Amino acid sequence: MSLSRREFIKTAAAVAAATAAGLAVSEELLAAAKQTEAGWRWDKSVCRFCGTGCGIMIAVKGDRIVAVKGDPIAPVNMGLNCIKGYFNAKIIYGADRLTEPLMRVNAKGQFDKKGKFRPVSWKKAFDEMAKQFKKHYSDLGPRGVAVFGSGQYTIMEGYAAVKLTKAGFRSNNIDPNARHCMASAVAGFMQVFGIDEPAGNYDDMHHTDTVVLWGANMAEMHPVLWSKITNRKLSDPKRVKIVNVTTFTNRCSNLADIEIVIKPNADLAIQNYLLREMATRSGVMDREFVDQNCIFATGPVDIGYGLRTAVDHPKYLKAELDTAATEAFKVLTKDEATAMGSLGYKEGDRMEMKNAGKAGSHWAISFEDFKKGLEPYTLDFTAPLAKGDADESLENFKKKLQALADLYAEKDRKVVSFWTMGFNQHVRGTWVNEQIYAIHLLLGKQSQPGNGAFSLTGQPSACGTAREVGTFAHRLPADMVVMNPKHREVSEKIWNVPAGTINPVAGSHYMQIFRDLEDGKIKWVWVQVNNPWQNSANAGHWITAAREMDNFIVVSDAYPSISAKVADLILPAAMIFEKWGAYGNAERRTQHWRQQVTPVGNAMSDTWQTLEFAKRFTLKEVWKEWKIDDKTVLPDVLAKAKEMGYKETDTLFDVLFAGKEAKGYKWPDPVGKGFLNSEAAGDGRNVEGFKGYGFFIQKSLWEEYRKFGLGKAHDLADFDTYHKVRGLKWPVVNGKETSWRFNAEYDPYAKAANHGKFAFYGEAMKEIPAGDLKGPKEGDKVKLPNKAKIFLRHYIDPPELPSAAYPFWLSTGRVLEHWHTGTMTMRVPELFRAVPEAVCFMHPGDASQNKMKDGELIWIESRRGKVKARVETRGRNLPPRGMLFVPFFDEKVFINKVTLDATCPISKETDFKKCAVKLYKA
Amino acid sequence: MGWLFSNRYLVLRRLVQVSILLFFIAGNALGWKVLRGNLSSSRLLDAVTLADPFALLQIFATGTMVSVEAMLGGGIVLVLFAVIGGRVFCGWVCPVNMVTDLAGSLRRAVGDDHSSPALSGFQISRNARYWVLGLSLVLSALLGVAAFEWISPISMLHRGVIFGMGLGWTAVLALFLFDLVVLRQGFCGHLCPLGAFYALAGAYGFLRVRHLKDHCTLCGECLKHCPEPQVLPMVGKHNGSVLSGECTNCGRCIEVCAERAMRFGAVSRAKARQDHEGG
Amino acid sequence: MRNEKRHSLEGGNPALTERRSFLLGLARSAGAAAVGGLVWAGFIDGKKAYPTVLRPPGAVEEARFLAKCTKCGLCAEACPYDALIMAKPGDGRPVGTPYFLMREDPCRMCQDIPCAAECPTGALAPALVSGPDDAGIQRLDINLARIGLAVIDRETCIAYWGIQCEACYRACPVIDRAITVEHLKNDRTGKHAILGPVVHSEHCTGCGLCEHACVTRKASIFVLPRELALGEPSEHYVRGWDAADEKRIEDAAGDVTTTTPRSKKDPLEYLNQEGF
Repeated sequence: MSLSRREFIKTAAAVAAATAAGLAVSEELLAAAKQTEAGWRWDKSVCRFCGTGCGIMIAVKGDRIVAVKGDPIAPVNMGLNCIKGYFNAKIIYGADRLTEPLMRVNAKGQFDKKGKFRPVSWKKAFDEMAKQFKKHYSDLGPRGVAVFGSGQYTIMEGYAAVKLTKAGFRSNNIDPNARHCMASAVAGFMQVFGIDEPAGNYDDMHHTDTVVLWGANMAEMHPVLWSKITNRKLSDPKRVKIVNVTTFTNRCSNLADIEIVIKPNADLAIQNYLLREMATRSGVMDREFVDQNCIFATGPVDIGYGLRTAVDHPKYLKAELDTAATEAFKVLTKDEATAMGSLGYKEGDRMEMKNAGKAGSHWAISFEDFKKGLEPYTLDFTAPLAKGDADESLENFKKKLQALADLYAEKDRKVVSFWTMGFNQHVRGTWVNEQIYAIHLLLGKQSQPGNGAFSLTGQPSACGTAREVGTFAHRLPADMVVMNPKHREVSEKIWNVPAGTINPVAGSHYMQIFRDLEDGKIKWVWVQVNNPWQNSANAGHWITAAREMDNFIVVSDAYPSISAKVADLILPAAMIFEKWGAYGNAERRTQHWRQQVTPVGNAMSDTWQTLEFAKRFTLKEVWKEWKIDDKTVLPDVLAKAKEMGYKETDTLFDVLFAGKEAKGYKWPDPVGKGFLNSEAAGDGRNVEGFKGYGFFIQKSLWEEYRKFGLGKAHDLADFDTYHKVRGLKWPVVNGKETSWRFNAEYDPYAKAANHGKFAFYGEAMKEIPAGDLKGPKEGDKVKLPNKAKIFLRHYIDPPELPSAAYPFWLSTGRVLEHWHTGTMTMRVPELFRAVPEAVCFMHPGDASQNKMKDGELIWIESRRGKVKARVETRGRNLPPRGMLFVPFFDEKVFINKVTLDATCPISKETDFKKCAVKLYKA
Repeated sequence: MGWLFSNRYLVLRRLVQVSILLFFIAGNALGWKVLRGNLSSSRLLDAVTLADPFALLQIFATGTMVSVEAMLGGGIVLVLFAVIGGRVFCGWVCPVNMVTDLAGSLRRAVGDDHSSPALSGFQISRNARYWVLGLSLVLSALLGVAAFEWISPISMLHRGVIFGMGLGWTAVLALFLFDLVVLRQGFCGHLCPLGAFYALAGAYGFLRVRHLKDHCTLCGECLKHCPEPQVLPMVGKHNGSVLSGECTNCGRCIEVCAERAMRFGAVSRAKARQDHEGG
Repeated sequence: MRNEKRHSLEGGNPALTERRSFLLGLARSAGAAAVGGLVWAGFIDGKKAYPTVLRPPGAVEEARFLAKCTKCGLCAEACPYDALIMAKPGDGRPVGTPYFLMREDPCRMCQDIPCAAECPTGALAPALVSGPDDAGIQRLDINLARIGLAVIDRETCIAYWGIQCEACYRACPVIDRAITVEHLKNDRTGKHAILGPVVHSEHCTGCGLCEHACVTRKASIFVLPRELALGEPSEHYVRGWDAADEKRIEDAAGDVTTTTPRSKKDPLEYLNQEGF
């Protein structure tokens, strides 16, 4: 059939309008939108890459994806894409796609840690995987096994993985690569609002007058959103101001009205300067908003840097020891002492990191204390501390800081602050997140169209899967945590597992899994939709641990990655369009897609892999008594299980995934008419005789999962609805999405709270001690229903600063053309050619001082490792003197051998943005 | 051993030709600094620039100047070959020599040499090369580019070996076939303007083949192997040295003469002429 | 020449006198030379006409380059990226001369310009890629290279479709000068901008990194020799809003007589012509 252009536009407009209104689109209209051309079948899907969540349309012909287009009725991108999105059709068919399980075997074909990879059957793969799991699981208990999950899981497969790990294996050792990406944002949301994820949505970009970028290179990392901001700037160039706060000049700077190049970590000080201005300038603070909706709070400063607690750990290289020592104490510099003057610190004081173990603790303080704490952050103190470009005059820099303060402070000027990894990958990532909310809350510029602090996400489902499903070591779905007995109870009920099944001790977070692996405390790891050995800092240690110690590493991936190379068993994974799925983007928009094609080779989806693995365990093996630590013993829950009607010999598959309710979701289902479902019904390949589970597993997982959020301000719509619309922003209440949370005008939960115009109704951490600047006081706790916290946090140096031996700052990150570790984009010929290798961006003055020429190969060496890269002084990124930027997509420029594995002690997110290195000619 | 002795100059020449080529190849492929570039222009030991004086002459003919460095380089090469004398370049350096020698050997193998009638009736004067030389300069002036350099099979072969052949092999094959089936010593002995240039330049050098009539048995081997037999008019007639610059000083006549009636001598042209007339 | 007779081409016809034979030979040789020369010249002229060859940085104007280049390949050998190609027979370019194929392997704009520095003849002239540094001393400056000029086909350039691409822009070593992005409203969506790349001939070195990076099937940005890529403004009009534009016509010939088919006839002849 062919629609005329005019008809098509009309249809598209109708669908867009219907979607915007939160209405279901009629089947008829959808059918029209799903026009076919030359035997192609077009169907809606989502871009595989970043957290923007652009809608795309996939064309299939002869069970192959032949083309892609931006979905013209997707509200996020309205048919547009960036160049990664443009190449969605080409990511699946790379020549080196993994098509069979591969295992390290000896000459006899048996598993051998030192053997070479050889193809094995799925059965043999799972047999060995289960055998190894059972060995280490019985030796070490639930803490001895771990799963590296992902913010690129589909929601259903992430949910299946969490359920198997937490309810099945009773282990909390599942942690996603989102730990590297969003954990600080999560911690910031939880601490400030008691509930995760942004209040606003992408329409803020059309409503605002001011965009302040804090460590967010949107021009490259969120290109389609950047085009929205550019559009806003074009529509009112005089009124709309853009400020780029960054540690180096990037592509956002050429649209920015003000570029503020700062020293790494100095954002802490600048935010305090801004807060000080807001709190002291007369009439700037929105007293009414603050009184009604906020309280003030602070927490300990001596919290370390998330490094190993054992500062002299035997696995540390000698060169690492001085940085490692900062986990125990640090001698305060003049700047630090000045900044923390209100706490009584003096220059040269030795600060013991006494509170490293309870870094997130906090208490209420008075507004007077808050102001007192901010007193040292004058312009004269902050500017020299924060100025990042040695060639810029202090006066000029001061003027810029003042101009930034003026923009925030201006009455009736709407401001949105955006940030991504510059804030999140930060040794004080949680603090800088808290502080940006503090600025917006103090000004009353939060949770309104065009006003608010907006945390952008990196991954396509960092929000949808990692955060909302809770594939973190401490989390359960819908913002719940394993440490909370009530949360465990709710989860056990929904999961229909015995009370007491869920392990109450938070598991090992991402870096801890690696450290435990190196310490022999974890000996079985399963990697899903992730490339942890390339994307984690200080990689040298973890590669050695994986290859040279007694452990078993399983990597499920579509392409051979560094992680696959260090593995013992590789499972070929189906990719996005080869399975049913859903992602949740940065504006809380959940978007579903159907399976478009049969997976390549014998690749199978992660959901299938999780379920097949679950089949290999009976309840008897996992629901017995386990000792977790000296204080915690997991009870034997088999008796209760029997009461619930389970048998000891039931498998985890039977109990967790194929119960009566699950099987009630029948396949075929009208929503999947004409589409494949390899898990439900098998497919033409008949992989090892698999004929399908016989029920609609993805729908069953979805419908069970969404029970967690209903009525808890995390409401998601039912499965079928998402196949009628172009995504919906949760909470979806009465079929309508929510555009601005906490604002009674838009958010039904805020309205129901009956707390005036705003209600910060999140429930976590809403009862805290009261205290003063130096600490909490005994006595009654402060309850703060419907209120947000304005935190006072202090400037502190990072654990590693440039020195004579290592004179440069190193920051790492992405480029537009490549996604993360390049496993997909480096297989797209056009993207590979556009950016074939990672280079070392540096200042031309630094290059000439070291007699280095553009294009020359140099060594970049830190205390931890070294890597060779080419010098680039003329590129897209222009660091100031003393600063380097190296992208991490290129496994040949393995920059994570160099980076430092320090984390924010609260969020446990690694700081990839600063460590000290030296350069020399290769 | 006997074979080696009776092919000593041939072996030595091949050694020189091949090593020069290898040094150039290594210069490009491995970054060796012994010889880089090619015969048109090169850098010796990263210190001395050398240039093809005939190529420079053509460039001058276009009315273009080159750098002093290049002129000096051309001068060095010109003086070197002029002092040695004869077409030493053709016999000892030029890579085409190996191709045309192969064609020559094949011809001799089937019994076609200077003492036998030509296989084909096609004949060109050996003086044609001087016409081509003149034409090179005229065309250079008219077209504004070094005319011979644009079609030179020598450069094509040499550059091809160093930088990649492309379709250049067709030119080399054509040249080989031309020599093999069309005209004996067709290219080097009749058409090549570079050879003509060096014949003129080397007419007064010191290195000369000398003939001793008393040893001569009139076997004719020398003439049979000589690529330019017209330079040996004295053989069997009187003692004397080669006078013509067209002699490539390849030494083939010396090594094939069992009676040692030919040998290298270092004499000036004037001396040789005296010698000739006196002998 | 004394042995000429013995080995002459037509030697042996006793009917001809030696003098006649010599003259006839001379004429035949001259004729052969003329024929050969014509073929030869035609061949060279055909190759010379190749229009889109992109020379190394510092190359003198193409006609002079062709005259000066000895085809020695030292420039290609000096290129640390092996990006320079020596034209082979069959490449369709003047054989033996160096050139770039930007889509395959562009110029990386080395700061020390080793290719130009190596050229023994001056076909590549370091002076053309040198300029005064801050202290006024002449130094190599690769930004002065004018290998060619990047040209954008806006119809196939996906950035102008609204796709956030700009791969060429970010690949440009003279970013924000040689290529800038022009911000345009995307009227179709009304909510997005188009970030269209624009090339500025004043700064473009023609290095080709943009062409190499372009993600469309056939590059939508490509380098052409500047003579092909650029027009030339007329000398009789100066931009009144640009004080510097006057400099452009400083050397104008000043001959302002204009001729069109209408004006070429002498006025008297026209006026005295019969009929209307």
